[in-house]
Amino acid sequence: MFPLNETGMLSGLLCGILFGYVLENAGFGSPVKLSAQFKLTDWAVFKVMFTAIVVAAVGLWLLRLAGLMRPDSIAVPQAALMAAAVGGALVGAGFAVGGYCPGTSVAGLFSGRLDALVFIGGVLLGTTGFAVFYGTTLKSLKAAWLIADGDTFTDVYAVPEVAVLAVLGLALVAVFYFGSWFERRGSGTVTAQQAVEGAR
Amino acid sequence: MSTSEKQGNPEIRPFWSPLAAGIALGLVLLLTFVLSAHGLGASGAATDMVAGVGLQLAPEATRANGYLGPMVADGSPIGSWMTWEILGVAIGALVAAFTAGRFRVQLDGARSVGTPKRLIATLAGGFLAGFGARIAGGCTSGVGLSGSAALGISAFVFLALFFATGMIVSRLVKGV
Repeated sequence: MFPLNETGMLSGLLCGILFGYVLENAGFGSPVKLSAQFKLTDWAVFKVMFTAIVVAAVGLWLLRLAGLMRPDSIAVPQAALMAAAVGGALVGAGFAVGGYCPGTSVAGLFSGRLDALVFIGGVLLGTTGFAVFYGTTLKSLKAAWLIADGDTFTDVYAVPEVAVLAVLGLALVAVFYFGSWFERRGSGTVTAQQAVEGAR
Repeated sequence: MSTSEKQGNPEIRPFWSPLAAGIALGLVLLLTFVLSAHGLGASGAATDMVAGVGLQLAPEATRANGYLGPMVADGSPIGSWMTWEILGVAIGALVAAFTAGRFRVQLDGARSVGTPKRLIATLAGGFLAGFGARIAGGCTSGVGLSGSAALGISAFVFLALFFATGMIVSRLVKGV
């Protein structure tokens, strides 16, 4: 019965190595490729993310259907909507300004990008800053708009999981359709050659 | 664009198609859930590092801190699943970049916006992302990607605001 609850070194290293390998191969070590998503000229970030979300979500659903995965056994982020909104906005702003997010900056550094090392320094400073200023304001921000009934659409609004998955599937098709349309209109997606040469 | 750029350096292998990379990432994420009961992450490793280093450098202040204190109650969080995972990300990315001829030491963005501006932009971007990830309880990987795969409501709120803000800010500031 899954999950195995393996939280040791080997499990972490294995998942991380595969994650990093895929990130770099997707082109996500390059801030040029990453920031092109927000310029709408290269939709790889959203195409890859939505495909991965649907593959993993459907996979989890099938494993539960087959009785191989215990229900309610995986971590779901708490439905603290204010924190998700403010945090999402800040991570998006940081991504737009710096060209990375915390995970992709590691892929950036280990494909040779020293600006990614500075970004990582910024992430560590931002984390430290949060801890230093952690008090009444940040606590209430994290507790605002908290849905107490549950964390998923199925738990809170009784939407069948199949319906949520179907909406995600439609969103995936839309991301590929509109994304490719924008890519054809724009200056073309960022190739590996251009990414290695760096921003110009 | 010069002829050599058009033809490309044959030693630089192309990126995977978004569909192929997305399927691969989805399978890795699924494996991670099956193995560890939680998804992939990144900023959590930064938190563990800050808490662990803080415990070394300023043990009393770290233990007394409202956010970091509970994390170091049972000792240093360096060596957690998340810190091993981020070490793995480094190894995996290094292997991928080297084997595909895409490893090049550079200050990416220095040529397009100038070195001082690039350094300030990437430091500021990292700070915003690190601070924001602590508010959301995770970053693009932990909340945006893994949280969405677990069908969490907050994950979709995170992604919507991530995208909207990123689009607006990228029009105001050129950091790369």
